[in-house]
This record gives sequence, structure tokens and C-alpha cells, in this order.
Amino acid sequence: MTAPRTMFAKVWQEHVVTSLSDDVDLVYIDRHFTHDLSGPFSMKTLEDRDLACRRPDLTFALPDHGVSTAPGRTDASADASAQLMPLFRTSTSSLGITLFDLDDDRQGIVHVVGPELGLSLPGTSIVCGDSHTCTQGGVGALAWGIGNTEVTQVLATQTLTVQRPATMEVRIDGDLGPHVSAKDIILHLIATHGADGGSGHAIEFAGSTVERLSVEARLTLCNLTVEFGARMGFVAPDDVTFAYLAGRPHAPSGEDWDRAVAHWRALRTDPGAAFDRRLEIDASTVGPQVSWGTSPAHSIGVDGSVPDPADAPDPATAKAWTDAQSYMDLRPGQALTGLPVQHVFIGSCTNSRIEDLEAAAAVVGDGRVAPGVRAWVVPGSQAVKREAERRGLDEVFTRAGFAWRESGCSMCMSMNGEDVPPGERCLSTSNRNFVGRQGPGARTHLASPATAAATALAGRITDAREVG
Amino acid sequence: MATLEPLVRVTGTATPLPLDSIDTDVITPMHRVMDGTIVEHAFETLRTGPDGSPIPNPFDDPRHADDEILVTGANFGCGSSRETAVWAIRGMGYRVVIAESFGDIFFANCFKNAVLPVVLPPAEVGHLLRVAEQGMPVTVDLEDCTVATGERTIAFRVPALRRTALLEGLDDLDVALRMDDRITAFEDADRAARPWVQLGR
Repeated sequence: MTAPRTMFAKVWQEHVVTSLSDDVDLVYIDRHFTHDLSGPFSMKTLEDRDLACRRPDLTFALPDHGVSTAPGRTDASADASAQLMPLFRTSTSSLGITLFDLDDDRQGIVHVVGPELGLSLPGTSIVCGDSHTCTQGGVGALAWGIGNTEVTQVLATQTLTVQRPATMEVRIDGDLGPHVSAKDIILHLIATHGADGGSGHAIEFAGSTVERLSVEARLTLCNLTVEFGARMGFVAPDDVTFAYLAGRPHAPSGEDWDRAVAHWRALRTDPGAAFDRRLEIDASTVGPQVSWGTSPAHSIGVDGSVPDPADAPDPATAKAWTDAQSYMDLRPGQALTGLPVQHVFIGSCTNSRIEDLEAAAAVVGDGRVAPGVRAWVVPGSQAVKREAERRGLDEVFTRAGFAWRESGCSMCMSMNGEDVPPGERCLSTSNRNFVGRQGPGARTHLASPATAAATALAGRITDAREVG
Repeated sequence: MATLEPLVRVTGTATPLPLDSIDTDVITPMHRVMDGTIVEHAFETLRTGPDGSPIPNPFDDPRHADDEILVTGANFGCGSSRETAVWAIRGMGYRVVIAESFGDIFFANCFKNAVLPVVLPPAEVGHLLRVAEQGMPVTVDLEDCTVATGERTIAFRVPALRRTALLEGLDDLDVALRMDDRITAFEDADRAARPWVQLGR
């Protein structure tokens, strides 16, 4: 009888081409995604070294970071795009890599499109030169972000030299309250255990709450595992996962599907398997979260107040809180609710899927965006955009005064010309509130789509539970 | 075949940066990634105020101009996978970064660029920060896996293979390219076991 194993151990073992030492393996990569920011440089390195792409059929290129999301966009709509897209097209073409270009129905944010097309599958290894690749653990994949040098190795060899991470189980149990989403749960986890709470670990999310989450919510949950310091986060595939994937363009079909599902079911962590660490969360105690500072760990309940550095657990944290409050122009004890914002951004690989837009539209209802607020909805992919339009969500948003945009990373980071001016405040459904992330001097508050919608209508940070 | 600059031992003063969770957006802001001035403008928001005026910081302190060792707090290099963060640090002359913990992707990126990331407990990092602030020399020895100051010698751990690669300047890509037969054998076996994964062939 073999010892009980974790899902991580089973999937990892299936991907080891050879062990290079006790804790470093050469692992096979099943799916490699590459985007306009991380791709061109590594492809040029490959060409400079006169190397071919080993498996162009397992490599998919999507422009998302530098592209404009303005309606009617072209390469010329954003400086970054004008600079990167010609290189991206030439390199992918010469290496034989499929590109979902700006005019392609499949274009979108790489982490949204992968699961949507069924390219990202349970038990697969997925990498991309982007830290939020961990999102795709929501379908039961081991997925993680890599640097440029690693992108080059994957292009050339379809393998990666990786130090094997430790394992962690995060169990989430309890019922979610009204307007509490996967985003709130993961922000709460990071706030409780720190932005490095998961460093060096592969995290399996489990528990009754996770089992009840849709695949889209699981993708959101896994999206922020990198903000928890972890390399990857994933949810074991189950019937919810299989129902989501069935019939998607690149998902297996027929006999292959049955065989795949049988394989995927066997990947679940065995009862009694040992993890290096375990954490537990009672989801019923978590309310909607909003960040006040410059790390996702600086998050509190929307009805809470900015903490006092005098209460910090250690001097380094006290200094970090003081610096963050200075950057964010906030005072200890100040309530977050009621704080005026000039920008609201609903989008990014965290919260741009159809369920996110549904949640936001439900709060918007017949309301109007407050005067003086620039509010944007940026669908995560062209498929999300089409589906939202089929459901009439675009009309809810545009009637309220939101801008309805094309798909891309947009205001999550400031490289496509879509940013927040210095000193102005943005309520954002994205994943990073770092100093300068949304533009030099920009002040970002992270929250869920429901909180973002309520905030847009009021022009002030608002608890969606108060809106109804 | 050595393609990276080997790293064996570094001795000298160290730059103290006693802050936690310095993210890669702070090390190389996106607008500097795009304009290609990652080294000149590394840590920009720690070095200049919003109006562009200089603020006191260890990087522009002439006593630390030639440092090859950086000592910092927890969770250094968290955030984006952008490798420009490591390129900037290397471009500034650093070969060793000592911290309580690192962002996982940054940590991996360091090894790919012949920069040694050293993880030490808070008390040891605190000692090294004091030594760095006093301008006293530090020696990082990768053969012994130790950090030595005038007062004490601290052992650190680094994966054995990563240590060998740094000492000899071995490049992961070159090693993997030599494994082509094994990769092909893996693909052949995997095609039988998981036919739905191997899309094109």
C-alpha cells in the first residue's frame, strides 16, 4: 500500500522529466502562455541563440498588457502596443506560435482566456511570464509565473528547472455572507497571515466553502495566491470543474474526455496525506474587504478603520504602515467608508469574468455613477465581452455612466496609457495596490466587483450591503 | 560550459535597506521598464519624492557606492514576475541579496542571473543591518555557505544544485538543452498516458 499523497505531489511527479538534485527538478510544461510584455524579449533571446521553439503547438501568445482597451483600438492607440506588437507578431510567426491578435475573437487577458478555451486543464503544468499565472489553479492546474530567462528555457526545451515548493493546505469552511466573494476571502487571508504568508509554498485550497465556489470564483481565489507570497495555488478538480470545462474548444472530447476525467478524479489529495503547513479560515466571519495601504496585506473590512502604527506588531510593520498611510493620504483611525474616489476600475485577471460583471451589474441596477467619477468596466476577454452583451450587462453599465471597454489588463498596471493620475484615488478590482502600480503617485484601494459598483454610484467607498 | 559569471565569495560593505515587502514595481516601475532606464531609476520612489527632489536613501550614499551585498527585510521582490528587477539589482553592482524572505519568482530569477539570494532569520538580518549601517565589512562565502561579520559567522542554506550552478556559472538552459533525449522520452510516454495534453502531435 502506497503512502497517502497530496494532489501537488501526484501532479508534480507526473511532470518530472528528471530530478537534477534532491530538491530541484526538470519539469515538463504542458501549456506555455506568453504575452506582449514578457514574450518579445525572450523570443529575441531565442533567435539570438539560434534556437527553435520546441513545442509551438503547446505555446499560445496573447497580447494583453500593453494594448489599449479603448473602443476601436489599434496598435497605435497605446505607445506600449505600438512598440511591442510588431515584435510580438514577427517573433510568434517565425517561431510558429499561435497568436490571438487584437482582432481575434479569442483575444483577452491570458489568465482569463486559458481556462475559457479549455487550454488550461486539471493536472496540467502551466507557466507564463506573468506572476498571476497562478490564477489558473482554479481549474485544478499547477500554474505559476516565471521570469524572462525561464520563458526562454520553456520556449527552447518545453521544460523548466524548478526548486520543488513546500505544500500548504488552506481550508475554508462556512457560508459566505451577502456581497462577500472569493476576492474578500483571499484578501482576508493575506491580511491575516501577511503578504509573505505563503512564501515557498504550493497551496491547495480546500474545504466546504471552496467546494461550493464556481470555477470563476476559484480562479479569483487562486489569482491572489502570488500576493500571499506563494508560487501557486489550486483547487482539486471536481464535478464543478468538469461541468465548466466540458465542451470548451480545446478541452478533450469523446473517449479522451472520459479518460481525462477518470485521470483527474484520481489526482485529489488522499485522506491523511501530509502537508508542510495548514491554515484554516471561517468564511462566515469575513465581510467585504477593502485595502487601505500599499500591500494587499493592508486590507480590512469595508466597515473598519485605518490601523494605528502604534498598534503594529513590530517596528518594521509600524514603519510600513506609516509610510503606506502617508502615500495613501490616510490617518490612523480614519473610516474607509465614505472616502471619496475619483476612479473606479472593474477588470483585471482577478475580477473580469462574467460572474464578476454580473455581481457588479446587480449592485448598479438602475443607479448612476456619481458625478466626477471615472468608472470603467473592462471585460477580461472578447468572449466575456460578447457574453456580457448577450446578457445586456453592457447596457446596465453604460446607462449608469460606466465606460464599456475592449478586453485587456488596462488600469491594473500603468503601461498601456490607462492609469490613475498622481494623488488621485481609485477603487479597483485588480490585485495590486503597490506604490506607483496604477501610475506614479496613484492611490489604489483593492476590493470586489460588488464593492466597486457600490463605490462608483456613491463616489465614495461604500459597503455594498448598505446598497442592498 | 560556464555562461553565467561565477559567484564564489564577496567581501565588502553592505547596503542596508531595512524595509519589508519591497515589490518589483518599486525596484523597476513599469514606466522605467518601458523606457529602458531600469538601472538608473531602480528604487525610484525610495530615492526621490513626488516632485523629483532627492530624499535620503542608502543607494545614493557614497559609502555604499561600491557595495555588492544588499541587506533587506521580509518578502523582498514580491509582486510582478518582471526579471528587470533582478537585472537592475545586478546592474547596480549587487551579487548577493540577504533578506528574511523573498517573493518566489524573484528568488528563482536571482539564480538565473548569478545573483545569490540568502534567506536568514530576522535576528540575523537585524545584526547584518546594524553591521551594514556601521559600514563594517561582511563576507558572503558560497563555498562554505556562510555570512561572516567581525562578530560572528552565520550559516545559510541554498539548494545544492543552485549552489553548484552559481559557483561554476552554469546556465539552466544549457543544461536542459543537453537533456533533449530525456525530454523526448517523457513526451512519448506522456502521449500514451495523457493523450489530451499533447495537442498538436
